[in-house]
Amino acid sequence: MHQAGSGSDPGGGPPHSAPDGAHRSRVTLRVNGTDRDLDVDHRVTLLDALRETLELTGTKKGCDHGQCGACTVLVDGRRANSCLLLAVAQDGAEVTTVEGLADADGTLHPLQRAFLAHDAFQCGYCTPGQLCSAVGVLGEAADGQPSHVTGTAAPSGPVTLTTDEIRERLSGNLCRCGAYNGIVEAVAEVGAGMNGADVTAPSSSAIPPRPDVIV
Amino acid sequence: MHPTNALGSPVPRREGREKVTGAARYAAEHTPPGCAYAWPVPATVASGRVTAVDGTAAAALPGVIGVLTPFDAPRLGASEDPTLQLLQDPRVPHRGWYVALVVADTLEGARAAASEVRVTYASEPHDVILRADHPDAYTPDEANGGHPGHREQGDPDTALSAAPVRIDCTYAVPPLHNHPMEPHAATADWDAGRHHLTVHDSSQGAGPVRAALASLFKLPEDGITVVSEHVGGGFGSKGTPRPHVVLAAMAALHYGRPVKLALPRGHLPATVGHRAPTLHRISLGAHADGTLTALTHEVTTHTSRVREFVEQAAVPARVMYAVPDVRTTHRAVALDVPTPSWMRAPGEAPGMYALESAMDELADALGIDPVELRVRNEPASEPDSGRPFSSRHLVECLREGAERFGWARSRAPRHEGPYLIGAGVASATYPVLVAPSTARAHARPDGGYLVEINATDIGTGARTVLAQVAADALRVPVGRVAVAIGHTGLPAASLAGGSCGTASWGWAVHDACAALTARLGSHRGPLPAEGLSASADTTQSAKQKSPYARHAFGAHFAEVQVDTVSGEVRVRRLLGVFAAGRILNPQTARSQFKGAMVMGLGMALTEHSTVDAAFGDFTENDLAAYHVPVHADVPDIEAHWIDEHDKHLNPMGSKGIGEIGIVGTAAAIGNAVAHATGQRLRELPLTPDRVLTALHGSA
Amino acid sequence: MKPFAYVRATSLQQAVDAHACRPGSRYLGGGTNLVDLMKHDVETPTTLIDISRLPLNRVEELPAGGLRIGATVPNADLAAHPLVRSGYPALSQALLAGASGQLRNVATTGGNLLQRTRCPYFQDVSKPCNKRDPGTGCGARDSTYRDLAVLGHSEHCVATHPSDMAVALAALDAGIELYGDTEGPRQVAATAFHRLPGAHPEQDTLIRPGEIVTAVVLPPAAPGAVSLYRKARDRASYAFALASVAAVLELADGRVRHVALAFGGLAHRPWRATVAEQLLAGAPLTDENVLRAVDAELAQARPLRGNAFKVGLARNLARDSLAALAQACGGEPPERLP
Repeated sequence: MHQAGSGSDPGGGPPHSAPDGAHRSRVTLRVNGTDRDLDVDHRVTLLDALRETLELTGTKKGCDHGQCGACTVLVDGRRANSCLLLAVAQDGAEVTTVEGLADADGTLHPLQRAFLAHDAFQCGYCTPGQLCSAVGVLGEAADGQPSHVTGTAAPSGPVTLTTDEIRERLSGNLCRCGAYNGIVEAVAEVGAGMNGADVTAPSSSAIPPRPDVIV
Repeated sequence: MHPTNALGSPVPRREGREKVTGAARYAAEHTPPGCAYAWPVPATVASGRVTAVDGTAAAALPGVIGVLTPFDAPRLGASEDPTLQLLQDPRVPHRGWYVALVVADTLEGARAAASEVRVTYASEPHDVILRADHPDAYTPDEANGGHPGHREQGDPDTALSAAPVRIDCTYAVPPLHNHPMEPHAATADWDAGRHHLTVHDSSQGAGPVRAALASLFKLPEDGITVVSEHVGGGFGSKGTPRPHVVLAAMAALHYGRPVKLALPRGHLPATVGHRAPTLHRISLGAHADGTLTALTHEVTTHTSRVREFVEQAAVPARVMYAVPDVRTTHRAVALDVPTPSWMRAPGEAPGMYALESAMDELADALGIDPVELRVRNEPASEPDSGRPFSSRHLVECLREGAERFGWARSRAPRHEGPYLIGAGVASATYPVLVAPSTARAHARPDGGYLVEINATDIGTGARTVLAQVAADALRVPVGRVAVAIGHTGLPAASLAGGSCGTASWGWAVHDACAALTARLGSHRGPLPAEGLSASADTTQSAKQKSPYARHAFGAHFAEVQVDTVSGEVRVRRLLGVFAAGRILNPQTARSQFKGAMVMGLGMALTEHSTVDAAFGDFTENDLAAYHVPVHADVPDIEAHWIDEHDKHLNPMGSKGIGEIGIVGTAAAIGNAVAHATGQRLRELPLTPDRVLTALHGSA
Repeated sequence: MKPFAYVRATSLQQAVDAHACRPGSRYLGGGTNLVDLMKHDVETPTTLIDISRLPLNRVEELPAGGLRIGATVPNADLAAHPLVRSGYPALSQALLAGASGQLRNVATTGGNLLQRTRCPYFQDVSKPCNKRDPGTGCGARDSTYRDLAVLGHSEHCVATHPSDMAVALAALDAGIELYGDTEGPRQVAATAFHRLPGAHPEQDTLIRPGEIVTAVVLPPAAPGAVSLYRKARDRASYAFALASVAAVLELADGRVRHVALAFGGLAHRPWRATVAEQLLAGAPLTDENVLRAVDAELAQARPLRGNAFKVGLARNLARDSLAALAQACGGEPPERLP
């Protein structure tokens, strides 16, 4: 965050610094491994910065109030509702969106493969949030973070992702199509280390052309 | 059979990779250069007139392009649906009706400006509360779907009074909201040079959207392109054009800039339809052996003052059981409420909740097993019409479900610590519908095929199943068939609704591919560079009235635990068996059945909306207060089906599968709660307040 | 949302100074509630003073026992902290019963305490609300909405406090540390921090203008004391409490040495059940005694149109929780009255 007059930026800020009391600021977000410099209205959420400014529309807006989880991304490795984060407050953050889950060569993340294998979505609108949330869940469980259904007497150390654990931990991600069973199966499979490697993804040759290109 | 058997195979979703990588673009994810953002302003009175709209403060904000009001918005042409006559009239028919539209350079600017628009009203007294004894209740000629509002056979009142066993109960289903995960959104782009309007809309049917826009904006249909490539769910609420697309197009045409409008979640309950509340009164008369002698199902529901929509909740009683003396009737009350509309299985979902709860009560009263009671009342033909069923395997669904569920072992309610455990069953039905469609099939010299049809995939897997239909008709591997859908430039097709997408589109695709196969068969030598094409139009075949009564059937079984301390109900097991014709893709079909059962679970336990008497709006208007089931509510669900061969449907032999999964779920769960607790709750949802009150009496 | 300036505070003093010289400014922590309310125009700050990067993100063990929890410690981290899980299970459970995993990763301890009611009439600026706009009236009072108060409400406001964490803190006799530009640091009891609405529902807490919550202090957990948090809600997860209870119990020779009981979802603040506690103190923990005590507490309830069930629900939760704690104390659960 660079704001002239705030005196808080030892680096002095770039030449485009906003004056004190201004309603815009320049920020740098590291999104899917790439630094993105933005001049943002302070009202812009991380979600809208991703979708409207950076054209990373994989992250979805379902409710805009932290009530559905469709906008879930990873911020500095932790899952968060991007609709409730102001972009200006995330200056310097590392953001991973659904577009950043697969490898650069297009190899899908194990969770993405497992979602395909278990038909873990229908309309697909909650899917990016479910995926990013599931990435977070795997990390949180490995870290030993408890959930509401983890017994109080549970030993410290990694938490085994039973279906009850997965369901509780993913409850911040609504799916109106009701693909919950498939999602839980997919996450359980990856959580158990099977990582879906034995599952064949559908052939890309079957993907139809976009209707827009039809004469 | 065909050399390939794509139909019946679990072919993975074609757009799966796009959806898991975030590459799939939905309506609001197209941002043409110079795109502006629109934000609508809802009315804050429930009835009255707008007397003035002061947009001065809003217009003065930086980046605001303009404010449209009922007094200065462009005049629209005709629309079949009066809810699309936006900003044409200062009349406010309900709270949440749009009274202004702000357009600005940015999303933030549009939202901020919308809150600065000052609207003054001459408000009038309002009436928003539905009561069974409302003095304005009337019997409509028709309910949704074209069903007669009232049907009567024999003398049900006399038969009831003569019946050895009678039950007479009332049930209530609250207003419910579709809440697809993608809020309704549109991006409209007017190319003044080409005189062409391009709209990306979140819709269940791009064709009806184009037709509505053409009429409203007095443009030729071929001057409009509507694209609905990926749609984030609809469940009926995107089945007709909605205000957002009209407002986006209005602003784009008026200001000459591309305009994007994504509805805030909180606006959805008032602007995109809802399942109307239904109050049911059901009387059943029976012999001691369970044979029904009389049935009356009277439904009272609300509609708006803008457009009549009557939830046809008494209609399934015309299909289900053999009863000689029967009355099924609807009464509607026009209130100052938003216009209700389609929500997954309109009519069947609330109607079967009531009817199947009543059947359970009758089984209790008679001491007959609830599965057996239903079997004993199996009709030989459709009760209301007398037409033979094209196929009806309800009994098989019940029997197979009972076997798989372990019904016999579940019949004794039990205690586990503070939990009461019980099981319930309910039947389900949903009509087989079909609508005319057209399709084109194209063979390329490289051996690939392209099927084109303006179908819509709202999450059903339409692309995938249409490729399967085409592959089998063309007798080629499914991987060689590309499918293009979701675009008005494609051959016209019906919308994704009424569980008839696959039947309607598949029929046209089948016919086009069969015609292409014939053409290819008579073609000699290599294909020309441009390939060969064939088209089909099912208008004649689809409109032909069938001599058969055609319905899908199903049976739902549920096991619940009721916490006697907290009143919380959890579903432990949920199982459905369906007889829905040929299942074309077991993977996507299972997902649809199970998904609908999840929505039924929500209807039973968590989803609750109320109309606020003082303010006239839905109190639970966001996803924190309106409780869609979450992961933790949903156990492993089983969906099975009967292998049904029905020659009287369509070339694929399929019935619709998108809605029947919700139909019996709520009743099965409610019956399970009654079984567990010994207390019958007759108002949904079964939330802790109601359960505790039933268990322990009023606090 | 109205335009606002943004200041990232680099020190506590700078934060309170910035607040003092910028009328209408608000502190930004995780923002999960504040940003939500800004989108509704319920909150219209002129400046956001971002305190999320202040060094208030540590959980420290205090020399005399107990914990000091920095105000910006995320809810998820606090719930997972080994000393919280072992010494204050009610707190960990309450945190984990609230919101969702992704919200708990962002929401802070201080922000959780300061979250506003989820009353839908408060959140809708087109409706009257004395809490949001003093003097406009209460839109909720005559509604059939269920999630309203049964205890301690006034003619001006019937809203409930939505926090789970705060209920546990009330039962655990936590202290809240505050820092203001003029008065410097001060500490208040968690039970006193949140207010009843009275004639001023616009004041949720006794925080003074410009003050920052800097920490929550937990007294040492008594070696023999056990605690838990129990919540009832409309769906299995990710829903606000219809009613909840945080309970702490220590038994000696079958008698109650210490009991603390706090209810959530019933009032404008976490409701510490002092009447019940006094009746139970020193008494044998029998079901009869528990019911008498809890009923005496809940006799103060004045249910509204749609929420009388909360009284019975709270009674059940308290009774069940104390029985479970009695068992955890090593005793037999009290024999249940029919």
